[in-house]
Amino acid sequence: MTALRRVTPQLLTLAALVALVTLFFPDFLRIEVVNGRLVGPIMDILKRGAPVGLLAVGMTLVIATRGIDLSVGTTMAITGAVAAWSITQGYGLGGALALALLAGVLAGLWNGTLVAIIGIQPIVATLILMTSGRGIAQLVTEGRILTFSHDGMAFFGSGDLLGIPAPALLWGLTAVAVALLMRRSALGMLIEAVGVNRAASALAGVNATVLLIAVYVASGLCAALAGIVATADIRGADANNAGLWLELDAILAVVIGGNSLLGGRFSIAASVLGALIIQTVDTGILLAGFPSEYNLVIKAGLVLVILVLQSPNLAHHWYALRRAAQARRERAMDTAKETGQ
Amino acid sequence: MNPRLYPLAATIAIFLLAWVICVMQFPYMLSTRVVGNLLTDNAYLGIVAVGMTVVILSGGIDLSVGSVIAFSGVFIAVMLRDSGLHPLVVFALLLVVTSAFGAAMGWLIHALAMPPFIVTLAGMFLARGAAYMLTIDSVPIDHAFYDLLDDAYYLMPGKGRLTLIGVVMLLTVLVGMIVAHRTRFGASVFALGGGEATARLMGVKVGRTTVAIYAFSGLMAGLSGIVFSIYTSSGYPLATVGTELTAIAAVVIGGTLLTGGAGFVFGTLIGVLTMGLIQTYIVFDGTLSSWWTKIIIGLLLLAFILLQKGLLRVTTARAGA
Repeated sequence: MTALRRVTPQLLTLAALVALVTLFFPDFLRIEVVNGRLVGPIMDILKRGAPVGLLAVGMTLVIATRGIDLSVGTTMAITGAVAAWSITQGYGLGGALALALLAGVLAGLWNGTLVAIIGIQPIVATLILMTSGRGIAQLVTEGRILTFSHDGMAFFGSGDLLGIPAPALLWGLTAVAVALLMRRSALGMLIEAVGVNRAASALAGVNATVLLIAVYVASGLCAALAGIVATADIRGADANNAGLWLELDAILAVVIGGNSLLGGRFSIAASVLGALIIQTVDTGILLAGFPSEYNLVIKAGLVLVILVLQSPNLAHHWYALRRAAQARRERAMDTAKETGQ
Repeated sequence: MNPRLYPLAATIAIFLLAWVICVMQFPYMLSTRVVGNLLTDNAYLGIVAVGMTVVILSGGIDLSVGSVIAFSGVFIAVMLRDSGLHPLVVFALLLVVTSAFGAAMGWLIHALAMPPFIVTLAGMFLARGAAYMLTIDSVPIDHAFYDLLDDAYYLMPGKGRLTLIGVVMLLTVLVGMIVAHRTRFGASVFALGGGEATARLMGVKVGRTTVAIYAFSGLMAGLSGIVFSIYTSSGYPLATVGTELTAIAAVVIGGTLLTGGAGFVFGTLIGVLTMGLIQTYIVFDGTLSSWWTKIIIGLLLLAFILLQKGLLRVTTARAGA
């Protein structure tokens, strides 16, 4: 019940957006079955939102520790390049997936080591991989767009299972699995403890260093999954453009999900809803017939509204106003009683 | 020597060392032509990095500058095409717009108590979106005054060209140094970077300073946009994507701490030139692929941060003893 209350603002925003888009594009909610797979704008959003949705899961954990991971978009490019390279080298589907995930883990280990052991601020530590990572990805693809034809690999981009697109299934399952792991074990609480106060949590017996590294590795793994989806979708690895600026969308998704950039309490469900909101805006603007030039301005406006609503200052003023109003009411009742006597 | 100067000294030493290595391999890199090009090619980056330095000194960050540069170029190109105003009038209008834009972000950061990262991220979308709404094409700038600005240069001995925009960049760095290190506003910026609560107790007007800091960054981004439009003679809404991160990297290489409160505007100039030097070296070499630029810049960034961390540990240990 409390979990539902936590994501109510995000659900309301999403519902309002869906209603708004439906107003301009009446067929928005229609889902048809074509050749045994579900087809419709909603399915399209679930499918297109997969990379940001996946990144948002890992990013939520990183942000909960008061960190930030700017390198996830680049990690997508690296893992995508590794996956495409291993397919063309004939390592097979299993080998390609394993190598891509391994690349994601390595990226996470690199970031985690810089943050947790060397003690570099997360934003700079991950900036290093962000700037150099595209170079690494280009090194793997040798500066070309590495294309491949492999039906098993392409499944992760355009395949479907029980009528549901594979990318949608993948990010849904990842979100549920990570959320369960966090909330059915003490892991989630420990991560929150590190985010609130690393020194205090370490004194309380939490292995903050290992936990911090693990969080960045989780983010790298999520980025690897997103990279596989992106590469499989276009059946090729584009080192320059794969996942470009998606880290910003992922951070935005986490913030729209009501998670504080200052760490502490987090909700994966809310972040994933945030990713859905972003994708609904993107797709909705196109479907509603607005020119796509308006996309960014509308997005910025939306972010501003959400920021104002979530501002700690505003909440403070709101409580102060309510308390003042309550005090005034009580005083009015007291005087009413006195005059009544 | 003052221990606070160590990072700056290290930055300058590494830059000079890198140049010596470059010259040993390619003697021609010591010519004024290379120097002139280094200044001209990195003019827009140097200017925007000055604004970023002040923001970072205050403990903040400004992700919007790359988009603001693109917006500036498009704004200038469209205004010159459609309105017939003199470029100088357009420049003045633009600087007012970008400064107001920065001030608005600063006000939001202060009034909402939101992290600068996310507020300026929204600003980044807004500025880029505004550029798209003006035009989605690359608009050429064709104006006699622009030809004049383009051709304005001083021929240094050795046929190197010290262009107008290169000089503007150097002057901006000079102004930035004075603002950051010699004014009351600069002192407030450093105080804010040391900690907001302590700054407030010291009597710094936090709200006003925050607004001024981001307005300054917006002004620098606008100026950088003007320089970029002179450099490319066009306005393109997709230009300078990611420049904010290059600027942040230049500031960090220049020895300014991202936590705020410590650093030098002059170091930022060296940071920009170091990154430009790497690119020049790769062009001279000709066999290294362009992706090595990115990898080397990343590694340099790491090296500088590790160096800073080491120095910081040394100086704090000495202060503690």
